[in-house]
Amino acid sequence: MTASTTTPASTTTPASTTSPEPTRRDFLYVATTAVGAVGAGFAAWPLIAQMNPDATTLAAASIEVDIGGIALGQVVTVKWRGKPVFVMHRTPEEIAAARATPLSELPDPVSDEERVQKPEWLVVIGICTHLGCVPLVHQGAFKGAFCPCHGSDYDTSGRIRVGPAPANLAVPPYKFATESKLVIG
Amino acid sequence: MTGHPTYVPRSAAAKWLERRLPILGLLHSSFVVFPNPRNLNYWWTFGGILSFMLAAQIVTGVILVMHYTPQSHLAFASVEHIMRDVNYGWLIRYAHANGASMFFIALYIHMFRGLYYGSYKEPREVLWLLGVVIYVLTVATAFLGYVLPWGQMSFWGATVITSLFSAIPLVGDTITTWLWGGYAVDNATLNRFFSLHYLLPFMIAGVVVLHIWALHVPGSNNPAGIEPRSDKDTLPFHPYFTIKDGFALVCFLVFYAWFVFYVPNYLGHADNYIEANPMQTPAHIVPEWYYLPFYAILRSIPSKLGGTAAMFAAVLIIAFVPWLDTSRVKSAAYRPIYRIFFWLFVACCVLLGYMGSKPPEGIYVITARLLTFYYFLHFLVILPVLGLVERPRAVPKSIAEAVLGKKPHPLSVDAHP
Repeated sequence: MTASTTTPASTTTPASTTSPEPTRRDFLYVATTAVGAVGAGFAAWPLIAQMNPDATTLAAASIEVDIGGIALGQVVTVKWRGKPVFVMHRTPEEIAAARATPLSELPDPVSDEERVQKPEWLVVIGICTHLGCVPLVHQGAFKGAFCPCHGSDYDTSGRIRVGPAPANLAVPPYKFATESKLVIG
Repeated sequence: MTGHPTYVPRSAAAKWLERRLPILGLLHSSFVVFPNPRNLNYWWTFGGILSFMLAAQIVTGVILVMHYTPQSHLAFASVEHIMRDVNYGWLIRYAHANGASMFFIALYIHMFRGLYYGSYKEPREVLWLLGVVIYVLTVATAFLGYVLPWGQMSFWGATVITSLFSAIPLVGDTITTWLWGGYAVDNATLNRFFSLHYLLPFMIAGVVVLHIWALHVPGSNNPAGIEPRSDKDTLPFHPYFTIKDGFALVCFLVFYAWFVFYVPNYLGHADNYIEANPMQTPAHIVPEWYYLPFYAILRSIPSKLGGTAAMFAAVLIIAFVPWLDTSRVKSAAYRPIYRIFFWLFVACCVLLGYMGSKPPEGIYVITARLLTFYYFLHFLVILPVLGLVERPRAVPKSIAEAVLGKKPHPLSVDAHP
């Protein structure tokens, strides 16, 4: 940005049109633009950041679930951070089906052992990893969960088997506080 | 384009205003004496119809906001309140909801008319690009508006469409959380969608002004696809085209009113009369009809990122048509092979829409994939190659010749004021 190229000749002093030295006007031009650009960035940030989750949303972080009453083979759906979480009390057949599947058949290969803390309890976020629908439990070819929106099929470990979803159903952070109390989050 | 009288203010008030802001002269030259090709057919009336529909949507929308509550626990009930308690609320809401569909019907006819008659070609490329901007803004506005009643289809439509952004590598989840203002679609999402749904129509109106400005530089294209050469080729906007546009608008409004009064829910979905439930997805999610072709393209690619990219590409490719079509002849009336491919493309779009309305299984998936392939083939191969290999028919020398035949016609002089 030199005076000879950016400043109209009529507004510059005769010296600046011939001199390669930057003028005071060039300095002011560059300095004002730089400060203005940085200032615009700082001013824009709050306008963008206000759209991120607010304090009340962040505060609703963990829930407790009483699992004592969930029968074998039953699935209970609880709400955590606005999302459904499936708490599945799996039967021995379901566990066996999940564990008998070779990893080579899985689009997102993870063993069933890595996805559960106790074999009979599968805890997964009930949001299809494709486009966010809630799959129907115990449906589809693998009897785990089937998403009606675009046909993603999950097995009894919540792993994607067929369909457009790219990943397995997510496992939320959870722990067993007692034998019958599950804490999610 | 000369030969039409310029504006001369007559009253003292008009003279006073014109010296200070020459807006009367601008309106006069744009909408009274503006020279339009004399051969414009009824496919050219949809621009006026769209202007009317935009105004109608803004008026009904502003009124609905006087009775609607953008809060996740109250929104659904407030829409029912509009339907049952507000004076003529049912009429205004049905007019607004069906008005969106009418807007898209007119918009798609307007776009296909441009594709048929080559209205995007030199010197109208910027006019076409502004039209694509209007289309994209309209798609966004309609999507945001459909979320506001907070029914099951509102909620899950919002979830599916915003989740498209989670397909973006690395930053996808951060972006969706930012769009939602939470970890799922919720009250924060509803609030911002309401804010943007109110904003975007006014942005559309702004781009419409640019669109008309860009239209009035070269003037309208016409069925012959040749530029006017003399005053014999044109007629003044008023009264010839004000009455033609007005008549077409009235016919269109009869069609619109039939939907509003007789089948107001035909184009909607029954599931949207169930309040949003974040814990349960309806068994069969379908977007509004005007998105179905793009929805079919999204589903036909068996990969999350690929499907999302294909869907956005299907919209954006429309912007490149002026440079993809290599033919120098504008109108399909003189392009015998393009005319066939044009109707094949129309059929492809309609069939894609049908596939988008069907569950993603069996024959529908395969057909949708073939149609998706053909959709892109039309733009990327057929349009460029056809312009090079097709032998167009002889184009008439002038618009007057196209209308009146080669013999000089006695009316050709009299019809011109």
